[in-house]
Amino acid sequence: MTSLFQEITPGAAQEIPVREITVMVNGERRSAVVEPRLALAHLLRQGFKLTGTHTGCDTSNCGACTVLVDGRPVKSCTMFAVQADGHDVMTVEGLAGPSELHALQEGFKEEHGLQCGFCTPGMMMASKALLDENPSPTEDEIRWALSGNLCRCTGYQNIVKAVMWAASKLDGGDTEPAEVDS
Amino acid sequence: MMKLRFASPEMLVDINEIPDLDYHRIDDDGSIRVGAVCRHADLERSSLLATRQPTMAAAAPLVADPIVRMRGTLVGSVCHADPQGDWASVMTALDASIVAQGPNGRRSIAVRDFVRGPFQNALAFDEVAVEAVVPAPKGEPAGGYLKLERRVGDYATVGVAVAIDRVGSQVSRAGIALTAVGPATMAADAAAHALTGRPLTTDTIGEAAELAAQAAQPKTDHRGSADFKRQLVRVFTSRILTGLLRSEEEAA
Ligand SMILES: Cc1cc2nc3c(=O)[nH]c(=O)nc-3n(C[C@H](O)[C@H](O)[C@H](O)COP(=O)(O)OP(=O)(O)OC[C@H]3O[C@@H](n4cnc5c(N)ncnc54)[C@H](O)[C@@H]3O)c2cc1C
Ligand code: FES
Ligand code: FES
Repeated sequence: MTSLFQEITPGAAQEIPVREITVMVNGERRSAVVEPRLALAHLLRQGFKLTGTHTGCDTSNCGACTVLVDGRPVKSCTMFAVQADGHDVMTVEGLAGPSELHALQEGFKEEHGLQCGFCTPGMMMASKALLDENPSPTEDEIRWALSGNLCRCTGYQNIVKAVMWAASKLDGGDTEPAEVDS
Repeated sequence: MMKLRFASPEMLVDINEIPDLDYHRIDDDGSIRVGAVCRHADLERSSLLATRQPTMAAAAPLVADPIVRMRGTLVGSVCHADPQGDWASVMTALDASIVAQGPNGRRSIAVRDFVRGPFQNALAFDEVAVEAVVPAPKGEPAGGYLKLERRVGDYATVGVAVAIDRVGSQVSRAGIALTAVGPATMAADAAAHALTGRPLTTDTIGEAAELAAQAAQPKTDHRGSADFKRQLVRVFTSRILTGLLRSEEEAA
């Protein structure tokens, strides 16, 4: 069992009202003892050591912390860990198969959809939610779906191309370099 | 609010898991009810609003960003009573009310009385808001919501909600409310009054736009000067109403 406040002395920990929660993370049942005020993003990163989920702003603006909760995209800094109790969470670590990258990851690689990579996990999870619902989105639909995710590096063009690449791969189509309006 | 240390409650009650509060529906009498856990995204995708409530349909895609809309709720937004919140203006323009439930049962509070000031609402400490109710239209509902934001997901620099009902070309009821131009959501009642009982014409539209601009109490800040914001209120009010007039003329 993960206990998130191992650094707190046992005496002090007793004064903090902790909760025990169980969350399905990337298909695996994980339990943790957490303070009720802990954000889901911090449970994922510090408790479960899934540091692929980034926190950029901690105020629900940047989208770097986007994960899927029951298949819907959520900024995990907006949600308390206790609110995920009994729910299904998918992080960027859940995208790749045992030996293969997910089409989105491949798309970001092929189309140079990242520079520093800080926003990338959130971009991919928001894109995953889009493609699950709409397997062949238009460029406008991609831009709309990613409009809550900020990138300071790329200027977004290649991110949009990467998602188009992934959509066409998942569709079994060709993966010629995508054209986007600039 | 908690992250910004504006609030540090000792206890939080999570209403997300309460079943059957995620509805939005239209009753037989034509009133629209939105449950406390109905998300912005549900309203954005709603075919009911798209056909029956144009002001709400126009506002839903403009609140925050698509991912934030997956979690945030209309009722929560009205409870939050942020002068920059979009839904409180829309609900005020529609003469909507909030149904509160406490140990002594339910009561209904008009949104214009419910929103008391910045981040203050009229709920007692032992009450929760269970739904928002938009009364049945007194004619054919029309309207819109326009918002200037610096980027997707930003709060409004200025927002204007217009909701009118028409019988033939006569305006039978009108509501206009303003986002982000005062210490709370501002009801532009004189502007709405200028439209009521008359047909929409370029004259009545001009009058309403002027009165709406006068009702605004904007402050100069990093989003723009007070004069600029007042001008936006004038332009947005006129733009929404002119659009309605045009579609009326095209239909005729
Ligand atoms: C990045 C970002 C951008 C945003 N941009 C916009 C925007 O452009 N326009 C806009 O209007 N809003 C915006 N918001 C706010 C957003 O719309 C939220 O919906 C709003 O803050 C309410 O959230 P919520 O429904 O989760 O309620 P909460 O955040 O859970 O609650 C807000 C407050 O209302 C109280 N409350 C909530 N529900 C009830 C209830 N049923 N009964 C009693 N009290 C209740 C809570 O106690 C709390 O004080 C933005 C938020 C973020 C994070
Ligand atoms: S860290 Fe969650 S949105 Fe920025
Ligand atoms: S790649 Fe650096 S923030 Fe997007």
